[in-house]
Amino acid sequence: MPLKQIHLAAQFPSVSNITVWSDPRSESQIDFGSFAKLAATAERGRFDFFFLSEGLRLREHNGRVHDLDVVGRPESLTVLSALAAVTTRLGLAATVNSTFNEPYEVARRLATLDHLSEGRAAWNVVTSYDAFTGENFRRGGFLDEADRYTRAAEFLHTARELWDSWRPGDIRAAADSGEFLRSGAGTFAHRGRHFDISGRFVTPRGPQGHPVIIQAGDSPEGREFAAADADVIFSRHGKLEDGRAFYKDVKGRLARYGRRPEDLKIFPSVSYVLGDTRKEAVEHAAEIHRAQVSPQNAMMHVEAVWGRDLSAYDPDGPLPEIAPEPDNLISKGNTQFRGDRAATARRWREIARARGLSIRELVVEVTAPQTFVGTPRQVADEINEFVQTDAADGFVFVPHLTPGGLDDLVDRVVPLLQEKGVFREDYTGTTLRDHLGLNPVRAPRPDDAPPPAGETAPRTKETS
Amino acid sequence: MTRLHLAVALDGAGWHPAAWRARDARPADLLSAAYWADLVSEAERGLLDFVTFEDALGLQSASIDAPDDRTDQVRGRLDAVLLAARLAPLTSRIGLVPTTNVTYTEPFHIASGIASLDHASRGRAGWRPQISVRAADAAHFGRRTIPVLNLDDVRDGRTTEFIGGLFRELFGEAADAVEVVRRLWDSWEDDAEIRDVATGRFVDRDKLHYVDFEGRHFSVRGPSMTPRPPQGQPLVTALAHATVPYEFAARGADVVFVTPHSRAGTATILAEVRAAETTVRREGTPLRTFADLVVFLDDAPGEAAERKARLDDLDGALLASDAEIFTGTPGELADLLLDWRDAGLDGFRLRPGALPHDLTAITTGLVPELRRRDAFRTGYEADTLRGLLGLPRPANRYTTSATP
Repeated sequence: MPLKQIHLAAQFPSVSNITVWSDPRSESQIDFGSFAKLAATAERGRFDFFFLSEGLRLREHNGRVHDLDVVGRPESLTVLSALAAVTTRLGLAATVNSTFNEPYEVARRLATLDHLSEGRAAWNVVTSYDAFTGENFRRGGFLDEADRYTRAAEFLHTARELWDSWRPGDIRAAADSGEFLRSGAGTFAHRGRHFDISGRFVTPRGPQGHPVIIQAGDSPEGREFAAADADVIFSRHGKLEDGRAFYKDVKGRLARYGRRPEDLKIFPSVSYVLGDTRKEAVEHAAEIHRAQVSPQNAMMHVEAVWGRDLSAYDPDGPLPEIAPEPDNLISKGNTQFRGDRAATARRWREIARARGLSIRELVVEVTAPQTFVGTPRQVADEINEFVQTDAADGFVFVPHLTPGGLDDLVDRVVPLLQEKGVFREDYTGTTLRDHLGLNPVRAPRPDDAPPPAGETAPRTKETS
Repeated sequence: MTRLHLAVALDGAGWHPAAWRARDARPADLLSAAYWADLVSEAERGLLDFVTFEDALGLQSASIDAPDDRTDQVRGRLDAVLLAARLAPLTSRIGLVPTTNVTYTEPFHIASGIASLDHASRGRAGWRPQISVRAADAAHFGRRTIPVLNLDDVRDGRTTEFIGGLFRELFGEAADAVEVVRRLWDSWEDDAEIRDVATGRFVDRDKLHYVDFEGRHFSVRGPSMTPRPPQGQPLVTALAHATVPYEFAARGADVVFVTPHSRAGTATILAEVRAAETTVRREGTPLRTFADLVVFLDDAPGEAAERKARLDDLDGALLASDAEIFTGTPGELADLLLDWRDAGLDGFRLRPGALPHDLTAITTGLVPELRRRDAFRTGYEADTLRGLLGLPRPANRYTTSATP
């Protein structure tokens, strides 16, 4: 059986504590040069795509802006569009929220990026529902938690209808005959629970038809959403056994939607640390993890889980004896702390007690990202084992340094994967769908009749 | 002699609806980055101050309100902010001014989009907020109802009062959007990022500010996701034809585009603009004023008019525009610009009738002609858009402590 080909993606260092801003090599998180440099590294490494996360409200801790991690980032589609000018093959993936946006605008912006990058656009569809984020928006806080996936699904379906409202070849641009476009191109009508819209879509079909769709939720609803509708799913299952279980579960859901296992690519999110020997790499990884958890950051984590101010405690001392107030959400805008905080507190106490860990040591232990640690050859072997044994189709690498955090992965690990024949020596296609080995999007056929004319008239007519 | 400022408004194949059928047009490339890169590079070679990019949340139409089903004119466009961002790394001095809608688009998203464009272009971003009065656009969102306007009713004045009210409401909301966006741009002080390893703090949160805007149509808490842009406040522009939009511009814009049809008309409009500044009690720098002109330029006398007439024939109608339509030679246009300029304008935003022809005629014909008269720059004198227009980098409204 031929070896599976590995897919690789790069995430720009995020606003979580994985990013070590205190390192002297750490450069600007906002200057375009940082984005261009990391994207160039990813493209030099022949990565499938470059990925930007998104935030719509600065995180808060104890009622004030959280100040211990990187704060601030540019708008993802705007940066990716600029990056399209300085890259030629690398896929460009934007995170765009389906709760605080409207399908018409998101569809036109993604179609625009697809045109301007000649077929390299991807959309990581995320949802949120909290009134905290909603305070920045017109229709703030309007969504029930239970509705976030129903809205996301309808949002995505509506966007697909908008992209399909233009067929390939609808722009004729025939100067002699005077026909610029097909009559009726862009006509759409969508009537649903969340969206009731109709008219003409403004941006003609992009080179990929639809951008690549990414989904990142791990809940059963998130997995189902991905199985039905996504091309790529991000996961947190970077351990071999967990990865295989997740892979089997998600791929097993595809048949229900008439899709093949290869139609959805699974990308766990991981970090890596290299050394000339395993021992050196392990030591280096320990240093990085410690740098990721400053004393202040350790206290912030414990306060967030305990739901109370613990500023009197020593980060190098034991966990507080006082009981948590798990109903008290003091860290806002951070999904990490949204779960069952009482259970987390119990688990942390057990780990700390069993291993005699201080607060900071505990937080280093429990927040360490899933990481490949070893010599370049060991890391290449491990990456390959994950993919060949169906624990992943590829990985999103999350570097801890901006912008140089992928240099040694590209220089030292990627060549070994290429040597094994499991990773491309060069791009073989031009679009992100090509890189991912996805089937082209089926173009709507000419006999996919546009909705009847009456349906497309603005409904507002009756009020004039 | 004060020099003129020159901008170019880019849209599709040019401002004539039949421009895509001209001999050197590239109608199949209107959605490609290469087409726009060529145009903006040409504008930058001509040392123009900035280019604007049109946009709308609905398909172009020959009718004022409803979409049409004409197939013989350019239809379809790209998002202007993303288009400007795509061109930012390919240029180094020219300003990039996209249009965005403010009737439907969230101010919070606009603020970070334009700020991100300013970061990506290192201080060359501008913005033209635009309202939408089209019922068809409202139906693309399904969140508000705007009645369909009947052209006969509009012409006969039966809807004058209603339209006036609608415009006042939409411009009022637009003014709120501009205010929110400007507050969000200031919501980070310039030195908010401190990276203080000793205390573990990446930012000084006393230098991040909630904007706490409460208006009739929306409220926005802040701060922005995006640190303060390089220019502090990217250049805000507005196209205006009447008192309500003049006041909108006077409230929130740095530059106003106006549409006079003569030198006398220029003086009248500028008086109205100054009156609007007084009405809204504008403080600080007065509005920079640019007149819009649609231009067809050829070196041989009469040739531009003939070229326009051929395009009119192809389109089946005389070109209609809110702005004055000029046909002639670069020398004749230079005469007109300097004459109108003396009525008090800072510059002009030229709308090329056909692309790339009339853009190239501006950069290689008009610009040298103006330079011969010492009326246009011979080199870029600043590396930000505000700098090119002689506008200072504004102090941050939230900064309390005096910074040296």
